[in-house]
Amino acid sequence: MPIDFLYPEYEVIRNPQRCIACRVCERQCANEVHSYDQELNLMKSDESKCVNCHRCVALCPTRALKIVKTDHTFKTNANWTNEVIGEIYRQAGTGGMLLSSMGNPKPYPVYWDKILINASQVTNPSIDPLREPMETRTFLGKRPEKPERNLDGTLKTENLPPNLELSVPVMFSAMSYGSISYNAHESLARAAQELGIYYNTGEGGLHEDFYRYGANTIVQVASGRFGVHKDYLEAGAAIEIKIGQGAKPGIGGHLPGAKIVGDVSRTRMIPEGSDAISPAPHHDIYSIEDLRQLVYSLKEATDYKKPVIVKIAAVHNVAAIASGIARSGADIIAIDGYRGGTGAAPTRIRDNVGIPIELALAAVDERLRQEKIRNNVSLVVGGSIRNSADIVKAIALGADAVYIATAALLALGCHLCRSCQTGKCNWGIATQRPDLVKRLNPDIGYKRLVNLVSAWQHEIKEMMGGMGINSIEALKGNRLMLRGIGLNEKELEILGIKHAGE
Amino acid sequence: MKRIYVNEKWCLGCHLCEYYCAFANSGSDDMVKALKDIRIHPRIRIEEKQGISFAVSCRHCAEPLCVKSCITGALRADNGVIAVDKNKCVGCYTCIMICPYGAIMPGVDGSVVQKCELCTNNAFGEPACVQGCPNRAIVFEER
Amino acid sequence: MRLEGDVRIPSGCAISGIFSRSGKKLNGEAIIRSISTMHDRSNGLGGGFAAYGIYPRNKDLYAIHVFYDSVRAKEECEKEIMANFDVTVAEKIPTRKMPIITDEPAIWRYFGIPFEKLLKDTQLDEREFVARCVVKINTQIKGAYVFSSGKNMGVFKAVGFPEDVGRYYCLDKYEGYCWTAHGRYPTNTPGWWGGAHPFAMLDYSVVHNGEISSYDANRRFIEMFGYKCTLLTDTEVITYIIDYLNRKQHLTLHEVADVIAAPFWSEIDRLPQKEKERFTYLRNVYSSLLITGPFSILLGFSGGMMALNDRLKLRSMVVAEKGGMTYVASEECAIRAIEPNLDKIWSPKGGEPVIVTLNKGVDA
Repeated sequence: MPIDFLYPEYEVIRNPQRCIACRVCERQCANEVHSYDQELNLMKSDESKCVNCHRCVALCPTRALKIVKTDHTFKTNANWTNEVIGEIYRQAGTGGMLLSSMGNPKPYPVYWDKILINASQVTNPSIDPLREPMETRTFLGKRPEKPERNLDGTLKTENLPPNLELSVPVMFSAMSYGSISYNAHESLARAAQELGIYYNTGEGGLHEDFYRYGANTIVQVASGRFGVHKDYLEAGAAIEIKIGQGAKPGIGGHLPGAKIVGDVSRTRMIPEGSDAISPAPHHDIYSIEDLRQLVYSLKEATDYKKPVIVKIAAVHNVAAIASGIARSGADIIAIDGYRGGTGAAPTRIRDNVGIPIELALAAVDERLRQEKIRNNVSLVVGGSIRNSADIVKAIALGADAVYIATAALLALGCHLCRSCQTGKCNWGIATQRPDLVKRLNPDIGYKRLVNLVSAWQHEIKEMMGGMGINSIEALKGNRLMLRGIGLNEKELEILGIKHAGE
Repeated sequence: MKRIYVNEKWCLGCHLCEYYCAFANSGSDDMVKALKDIRIHPRIRIEEKQGISFAVSCRHCAEPLCVKSCITGALRADNGVIAVDKNKCVGCYTCIMICPYGAIMPGVDGSVVQKCELCTNNAFGEPACVQGCPNRAIVFEER
Repeated sequence: MRLEGDVRIPSGCAISGIFSRSGKKLNGEAIIRSISTMHDRSNGLGGGFAAYGIYPRNKDLYAIHVFYDSVRAKEECEKEIMANFDVTVAEKIPTRKMPIITDEPAIWRYFGIPFEKLLKDTQLDEREFVARCVVKINTQIKGAYVFSSGKNMGVFKAVGFPEDVGRYYCLDKYEGYCWTAHGRYPTNTPGWWGGAHPFAMLDYSVVHNGEISSYDANRRFIEMFGYKCTLLTDTEVITYIIDYLNRKQHLTLHEVADVIAAPFWSEIDRLPQKEKERFTYLRNVYSSLLITGPFSILLGFSGGMMALNDRLKLRSMVVAEKGGMTYVASEECAIRAIEPNLDKIWSPKGGEPVIVTLNKGVDA
């Protein structure tokens, strides 16, 4: 159907003067873009298959390759853009929903970039983290309303509900085994252990090899309940009930049968080759009181020894929802903003549903304080935390800790080509093909994750020191340390911050 | 002594090690100039079959058969590194026949043999295949 | 120009305190002399004193000190006070006219006790009831500001240098067992008397030197528990934190110090198990009440005084003893000025509280 022809979005540019025809590009491209012509002794490429993942570019020993956005275009139109036209052709041809991966790429405002951080001058000394202690240890969980005392008058320390202790307020967000590879999970688990933080299993269960990282694992219970059993619940340090995900609020998940092979099938406890379909809602939670029952069922099952996290997507009414969750018995609320990643989501939903995490966080923190229940729960936010400054801003807005996932995958080699749904991840992350999975060596991967979080920790300490703050808890909710730039009154009001210069 | 070890589990069969080896031993500082439009003669080779691949190069044996068998004394162990003296080698290929790992091969023009010398004799200083392996399937370590 | 409360004003300061453990009554002369030694640490934009044991005749009644900007404010406020308190005395606080002290508000004090029936109806304990009345007046009645509300104690403050403020309030006519003083160096002109220090809540009074960097984290947390930080000053929030932890959460003052100037994790991790658990508990449960940034504070309360530095000791503070007297000041000279021959003088470590109380059996 010529009507469906779409010129490839990206072109592979090979510099023939540099190419030595070593064929590494050909061997490393799971999309089979590159080929070698024996007769001409020339490398060729078929850019229609290219997803722009840069595997070939990164491995080319002579830097002979680059990928560029094509300048081929329809008549320029600010409304009917190339992308819009192309999508219509694709849908007219297939009758299907458009699928995408990773987070919302649209040019919505990034509020993190419109917030500035304070520093001390004269009236108050800045603190040098190289000379003075600078603390980032964080606890997540409920706090008792009143202290209790033993008969001898000493404080009863046992009345503290179960907590998570983090060396730095960063955790690896939920990514299921199945959506990402065994080696990716191993990297996350080992990094979490070395860093003294936590990673999250996602909804695909916990591979038996990784039970030994349980002390640094958050086990997730999602609507599909894949891989959930008593040992699984007991294996982790905390249990997360996933209600929603920032990339696709309000809808479930679908891991195609092709990815349900071998260990993935066994870990999920479903037959090989069967599609893993997570329903949109939990079918035992149709309202807030049902959530309370699930929270307490999980607590009963684990003898009240593990904090329960409830994860929701940031949607319009997020403050009221969070307030309900804070009263449901949950210990921690995780909120995922609309830029959060995914292994696959309907494009329209990913790009149009939900709200920015910055606004959701500010609204939730303020609401919980107004209702005097902020101390009943900890707040963890995710959905595009990109660097240490985002973390400092999130904590100053009121978060206890952040979840990172896209950033963690980038550290592992992801190049954000947003083609996870094809299952042919050239970087060995979002794939179950053994030849691709082995491309991610966890010895390298975990170290890179450790490096990333350690680097961020150094930067967080440096920024805290600049503000004259030497412990992260004094930054939490400290909105005076933030100023907005280029924000309107309403945005400033929601964020609860002043404008720069005020 | 530090040696090159390969781990089949992480070998992607990308063959980059061969190219980095050939470049390292080319004497050139420009990979394109060194390797463009030629047939490379690396001292490390990927062996692959049915989805399994791994790199093979000299293991620098503690009791090297090649050194024992060399008729001219061109092969010698230098602090554990087995090296070829090109001036002494007469190209009899006895070592090629006797090496159980197939890690010695004829040089570019066939008159002398070549083998991995851990990049001790080139500008790289440490093995180029190790540096170039994208997945740490080839490591250089003490074991 | 915006007043304290509309805008956050950082300030540096001088503090001084005198405490007689035997309950010996001292008039205000000594503390004025002490604080005036540190004249250069204030800039004339605020000075004040807190004194304990000064109202022995009305010692069972709450002494409510109020600034009024207008007659209307006074009427409204008095209506509120009369509605809630059985007031025995209502009088102008005596002052001495001084050319250097200008823009004075009307300054009144009331001695009274909450009506029994109201306490029953509201089911509040007496102190909580008084605290709520004070917060109500200060947040809802424009032009009225309660700046002291404890029993047998009082705060006296104004815009001016502390030594002038002391003379203005005729402090030589009062006798107390504990005096604290404050000279202020705000970075812009507050021009408002209520913004001077000490800051007081019931019988807690706080003088503070420093600028805390945890301010908004502390404020937003403490406001969950019925406090309203109207002044946006460090001293105010510190007072509320101490009130919350000590009065409402029943933590001892030592525990309060362990919360607000907590030891570092690196120290805690080295402690024996029991101690480690105790510190970890306090730092975890009250994490939002950790105060960072430089501070040295003097907390006055009925029968005692606590001096505390931030955990890095970013502000100077020395403590000295002579006989039954304890002295605390930002600088040693302020102590030597009133007591040159000391038994002991030392600089307490950051985060290490010095708490002095009246000797057993002393009834001040």
